[in-house]
Amino acid sequence: MSGPARLLAGSEALAAAMVAAGCRFFAGYPMTPFTEVLESMAARLPEAGGICMNAESELEAIGMCWGAAATGTRAATGSTGQGLALMQESLAEMTLARLPLVVLNMARGQGDYFQTTRGGGHGDYRLPVLAPSDVPEAVAHISLAFEWAEAWRTPVMVLGDYYLAHTHQSVAIPQGPQGPEGTSQGALARPGWALNGSSGGTGRAKLVSPLGTAKQRDGLGGQAGYDLAVHYRACAERTEAMLHAIPPRVESMFLDDAELVVVGYGTPAKYLRAAVRELRSTGARIGFVRPVTLVPFPYAEIARRVRGARAVAVYENNTGQAVQDVRLAVNGALPVEFIGGLSMDPSGFGIAPDLDVRVLRERITEVAT
Amino acid sequence: MTGRKALPIVPTDEPPACGAKLVHDFTPALVDIGAHQLCPGCGEPVAMRAIVEAVAELGRTASCVAVFGIGCSTAFSNNLDIEVVQALHGRAPSVATGVKRSRPDLAVLTVQGDGDMADEGLQEVLHAAARGERITCFMLNNGVFGETGGHMTATTVLGQRTKNTLEGRDSTRHGHPIRLANLLAQLEGAVYVARGAVDTAVNVHRTKRMVLRALRAQELGFTFVEILTMCPTGWFVETTQAPIYLAEHHAAVHSMGVLKDLEGGKDVAQ
Ligand code: SF4
Repeated sequence: MSGPARLLAGSEALAAAMVAAGCRFFAGYPMTPFTEVLESMAARLPEAGGICMNAESELEAIGMCWGAAATGTRAATGSTGQGLALMQESLAEMTLARLPLVVLNMARGQGDYFQTTRGGGHGDYRLPVLAPSDVPEAVAHISLAFEWAEAWRTPVMVLGDYYLAHTHQSVAIPQGPQGPEGTSQGALARPGWALNGSSGGTGRAKLVSPLGTAKQRDGLGGQAGYDLAVHYRACAERTEAMLHAIPPRVESMFLDDAELVVVGYGTPAKYLRAAVRELRSTGARIGFVRPVTLVPFPYAEIARRVRGARAVAVYENNTGQAVQDVRLAVNGALPVEFIGGLSMDPSGFGIAPDLDVRVLRERITEVAT
Repeated sequence: MTGRKALPIVPTDEPPACGAKLVHDFTPALVDIGAHQLCPGCGEPVAMRAIVEAVAELGRTASCVAVFGIGCSTAFSNNLDIEVVQALHGRAPSVATGVKRSRPDLAVLTVQGDGDMADEGLQEVLHAAARGERITCFMLNNGVFGETGGHMTATTVLGQRTKNTLEGRDSTRHGHPIRLANLLAQLEGAVYVARGAVDTAVNVHRTKRMVLRALRAQELGFTFVEILTMCPTGWFVETTQAPIYLAEHHAAVHSMGVLKDLEGGKDVAQ
C-alpha cells in the first residue's frame, strides 16, 4: 500500500523508501551526491525508532552496518565511487559472511560501472545491482533490494547518481515495511540465523563469519578440520543459484521494426529514451532497450530483443564500460557501436553537457544513417 | 621511556607444584571445540581464557556477542561457545558498534591484536572510544604481527627485532611505539582503561580483575583492556624466555596498571 504522492527530491524519496521498507540502521559518511541521503536518514530514522550513525569514515560506516546486519536489523549504507571503493573490502567479505545489506551507490556520472558490477573488492563474489532511471522506480527498487538482500542473505546495490539524488519528482512512498511476504509485521522479525547472544554456552553458539558461517563441527568442514575451500564453494554455489533465480529486468520500446537499437542504463537512459521518442516521431526506425538489473545483466533478454535489427548503439556517460556487457549479450550477431563518451561539468558531478537530448539525437542519427 | 619496573616473574620452565589446568580445558560453558592451533608459549590463549571466564562469571554467556579481528586470536572465533561475529582487520570496533546499537541489551566485546587494532584500525578504536560506545575492546598486544610471521607493528618497542626490523626497531627509521591504552584514556567517552599482562600468574590474576571490571563498566561507556601477551615465535626468543622478554622489554614501555576508572571514581589519566 502506498501513501499519497508527494513532491520529493530523489535523496529524500530514497530515505523515505528505506524507512518504509523497514530499514532501522543506517550509517554513512558525507560525500556528494550521497550526502543528502544521509541527511534525510538522520532526520527520518530516529523518529521511526531506528539508528542513523554519522560514521567517521566509509570504512566505519559499513563496519557498523555489518554489526547491525549480524543481529538481523535491516541495515543500509552507501556512498559515491571513492567512498564505495573504501567499502569494497567489507562488501566482499559481507557477501561471504552471507549478511544482507542495501547499499546506495550514488555515483558521479557513469564512470563506476565496472566498480559497481564487477565488485571492486577481492575474491569470487557477485552482488545484485539495480539501476533505476527515475525517482519512483528508485523507490520501488529500495523495497526490492531489501527483499533480495534478505532472501539471498547478500548485499544488494542500488545505483543512483547526482541526477537521481537532486531531481524532484512526485512520488508515492509505500507505507510500512514491505517484507518478502508483503506483510508489514514479518518484515521486521529478526531472521533465525541472526545473532542475539542467547546461544552461548549451549555448545551451539552462532558464528557469523566470512571464513565460514558454521562452526567446524556443524558439518561444513567436519570435525576433522576446518576447510575454507568448502565454505568458498558453498558461497559460489549460492551466488550461482541467486544469479539464476533473480529474473533480470529490462525495459524496451519500439522494437518491432527497429533497424537500430539504442541501449542505455540509469538516469541518463531517460535522456536517451526521449531522444529515441523524438526520432521515432520523425519516422526513424529506432528502438530502445534499458537493462534495469546490471547484475544479473539481462544478456539473453537483450540478445532476444535486438534480434532483427541491423545494429546496436550503446550510450553511457563514460569511456565505454557497459558496452562490453552489451557486446557479450549480442555475441557478435550484430555490430555494437559505442556512442557515449566522457562528459561532465567542471565540478565533476553536475549535469554532463553531452547529456542533452539534441546531442543524443545527433549521435543516434549518425549511427543510423 | 619509562624506567623498568620491578615485576614479579614466575618461572614458566618448571612444572607447577599443583596439577595444572591446561589452557584448552577452558570453561566448558564457553568452549565447544577443545583444541586451538596457537604456538606453544603463546600468551593469547591465556588472555582469551581470562576474557571468557569473566564473561561466564558475570553470567553473560547467553547474552554476549564477541567480535573478532584478524590475527592469531582469530582462531578462537571458531572455538568459543559464545556468539561471534568475525570482522575484518581493524574494523571490530565499528562492527561491535553496530551490534551494540542494534542490541543494547547484550554485552559486546571485541578481541583484536596490536597489528589489527593499533595499525590497521587505529582510527576505529579511537572513534569508538570518543563516541563513548558501550562496548569493551581488548587488545592482545605482543608487539608483532604474529600471524603473518612476526613483523613490526605500531606497538613494537624500540630495539625490538622483528622480521622487518631485523636490527631492532629504530626510532629514526621506524618511528616510536604507540601506547594505545594511554591514548584512549584521554578520550572522554572512555570510562575504564587498563593494561595488564599474562607473563606471570600474578599478572594473569590482575588482568582478569581488569577484564571483569571493564565488562561490568561497559554500560557506562567505552571500556578497554590492553593485555600484553607473549609471542615467542615472533620475538625470536626461546619459549621459556618469552615471559621474561615481555616483562623486560614490553612492560617497560607499555607499563601495566589501571589508567582510568571512572566507575571507581578514579581518573588516572587526568
Ligand atoms: S605467532 Fe605469536 S601470537 Fe601467533 S600463535 Fe604463535 S606465539 Fe601466538
